Amino acid sequence: MVLKVLTGNYAVAEAVKLARVDVVAAYPITPQTSIVEKLAEYIESGELEAKMIRVESEHSALAAVFGAAIAGARAFTATSSQGLLYMHEWVHWVSRARIPVVMAIVTRAIGTPWNIWPDHADFLDQRDTGWIMSFAMDNQEVLDLTIQAFKISEDPRVYLPVMIGLEGFILGHTSMPVDVPDPDKVAEWLGPRRQPYVIDGSKPWALGSLAWPEETEEMFMDIQKAMEESKKVIVEVDEEYGRLFGRKYGGLIACHRCSDAKYHIVSMGAWSGDIIESIELLRNEGYPVGLIRIRYVRPFPDKEIYGIVSNSRAVIVFDRAISYGSMGPLYMDLVAGLTKYTRKLPYMRNIIAGIGGVNITYQDFYKLIKETIDSLEKGVEPPVFTWYHRRG
Amino acid sequence: MSHLPQAMRNTILPGEAACPGCPIPMALKVVGAAFNNKLVMVVPACCTSIVIGAYPGSAFNWSTVHVAFASAAAVASGIAEALEKRGIKDVQVVAWAGDGGTADIGMASLSGAAERNHNIIYIMYDNEAYMNTGIQRSSSTPKGAWTTTTPIMGKIEHKKDVARIMIAHGVPYVATASIAYPHDFYAKLKKAASIRGFKFIQLHSPCPVGWRFDPSLTVKVARLAIETGLWVLYEYYDGRLRLSGPSRPYLDKAKRKPVIEYLKLQGRFRKITDELVREIEKYVDELWEWIKKHM
Amino acid sequence: MTKLVIVESKYKIPLALPKIGAAGKTGLWRLERPVVDTSKCTRCFQCEIYCPANVIRVDKEKGAMINYDYCKGCGICANVCPAKAITMVKEGE
Repeated sequence: MVLKVLTGNYAVAEAVKLARVDVVAAYPITPQTSIVEKLAEYIESGELEAKMIRVESEHSALAAVFGAAIAGARAFTATSSQGLLYMHEWVHWVSRARIPVVMAIVTRAIGTPWNIWPDHADFLDQRDTGWIMSFAMDNQEVLDLTIQAFKISEDPRVYLPVMIGLEGFILGHTSMPVDVPDPDKVAEWLGPRRQPYVIDGSKPWALGSLAWPEETEEMFMDIQKAMEESKKVIVEVDEEYGRLFGRKYGGLIACHRCSDAKYHIVSMGAWSGDIIESIELLRNEGYPVGLIRIRYVRPFPDKEIYGIVSNSRAVIVFDRAISYGSMGPLYMDLVAGLTKYTRKLPYMRNIIAGIGGVNITYQDFYKLIKETIDSLEKGVEPPVFTWYHRRG
Repeated sequence: MSHLPQAMRNTILPGEAACPGCPIPMALKVVGAAFNNKLVMVVPACCTSIVIGAYPGSAFNWSTVHVAFASAAAVASGIAEALEKRGIKDVQVVAWAGDGGTADIGMASLSGAAERNHNIIYIMYDNEAYMNTGIQRSSSTPKGAWTTTTPIMGKIEHKKDVARIMIAHGVPYVATASIAYPHDFYAKLKKAASIRGFKFIQLHSPCPVGWRFDPSLTVKVARLAIETGLWVLYEYYDGRLRLSGPSRPYLDKAKRKPVIEYLKLQGRFRKITDELVREIEKYVDELWEWIKKHM
Repeated sequence: MTKLVIVESKYKIPLALPKIGAAGKTGLWRLERPVVDTSKCTRCFQCEIYCPANVIRVDKEKGAMINYDYCKGCGICANVCPAKAITMVKEGE
């Protein structure tokens, strides 16, 4: 157990080193670049015994990672925004091939226009792909989620790739104290790499040949099944990690004062920390409000959240992305998911904010949450969908 | 090399999905034979994606992975690095892609893999169009050829010379081959396997359906390409071009058959003009000037 | 090097294995079939080498033998045979 001061990006690199990754595909893109730079240092100095493929594009980055993974290597890459979109075709290809792979996404808004600041558009754009998707609130969690990603991905009950999200600059380039677990203990816990097949000349498997519709649908139904089973594995991994390394987060969601709350906030990412600050202020004024923080957006924790909000007076979902023409992705996933368990939903509000990297502070959250609750207590429902924008 | 047919026997299994007379399984028999089925083949979108047959059966007796169109070279790079890390040295990593997947959509990843000099053999089997989607023009389609996207004017540009692009990348081994000369192709595969680094082979593969000729004539058409001097068999390594046996006679222009002998067998050149034939003859002359200069 | 263990999956994975007839009985595609005159066949192996369907086996005693279950009738064997020992005959004749 060593305390290091690490940026989010360096926390990713540290985790990749602890996981003893064999092959890294590297391509630069703001705000991810320092991940691959740090990994290059580790590899060239011998601290990490791995091969680095300095690919010529992100599309080739994930293609090369796929190649390495099917041939039996623990493989990793990282990207953001435009790069993630460029490799989108491969994001689907990898999960449908059921090959364990881990990728870090340092989130950044998507152009046009050029914009390097963080929101969740690039990350949530991948939610249909069949990857397990986790998202961090601080750099400690970045490190922990990244290490755990290898354990989850390579579990035969899962056999799906995992992507970890962290906001660009806010976490990526900001230094925080991070407790780094003992490398040997991590290596022992992760154990050998497990995968369902290997393409290395040992057996004449053909991976991905044309499949008729019925066969294909059966394969894809199994992806959904694996997603459902992975919930159990995620919780197990969180618990084991807690026992071995001293930190447990609560599984797919993390709760802040939500068990005795009448009003619930749902959020994902670094600004959850700001929301927690605003909740503390509101609690001091007597507002019974709590935060449900989404740590895993795929598989979506609808059942877990239902367990908390079934008797809620209202739920506010903050989204840092939008599906144009509809609403925020987290909101849509939550409302849809809740209908599996109930016909009666509490009042649910979707607030879009922080898109394009607009900085939302704890004061903004304090104002928005207070307004919503005050209004509801007076018997007036605020608009269900709001895009909160501010300048300066 | 009387053992070639023996070595070919358990490579491609009968009952694959290629069109009758297709050069692809013909060539794959040679590849399997050269490496004794000890290979990992990376196949992007192309005719071969279908030739192999449908899940859960495969007509190829070796490890194969299907990949997205642009990525044969990138995936092969990843596999090569993983196998090296795992200490596996006796398995060839072969990217097997068509001209579309190499010269067009695959150009970037091809260039990247070549520049990084990964230990792979990249074989571009050149049937001179996007055949799997029904005969559309690629940068490798020869000038004047009919395709469904050049249905009236024929291709306007000359063929992109990918082998020369690979030579310019400075990779350890570049070769051209033809399905008409399987022993030559076999020898080149063996030579490539003996060299560490990025090896490129462009394999001329006449397509009966796309070039519009009777399926029985695939080998004859491929031979005529050599005999007219239009396709040249060579290797390029250690800074020098080495002309291959079957092409040696055609250093002498007098020995080359008139290009029309080759063109007239193919329906895709049915509307070709005399002017274009002369242009093609000039193209052949220039090609041989370049060959001589680099020998 | 991280140790590797292959643990097969209970899930349905897009993996295929070698199989004769992966695209069905391709012999049914034929419009013509190649017929070998064993007395003319010199056992040169050209037909076996060039056959795209890999259905010809040259035997020292019997000459070129064709697996008609999968022969597509392309005619390349007849075209390359230096001894003109193979003729293409319409199916049904």
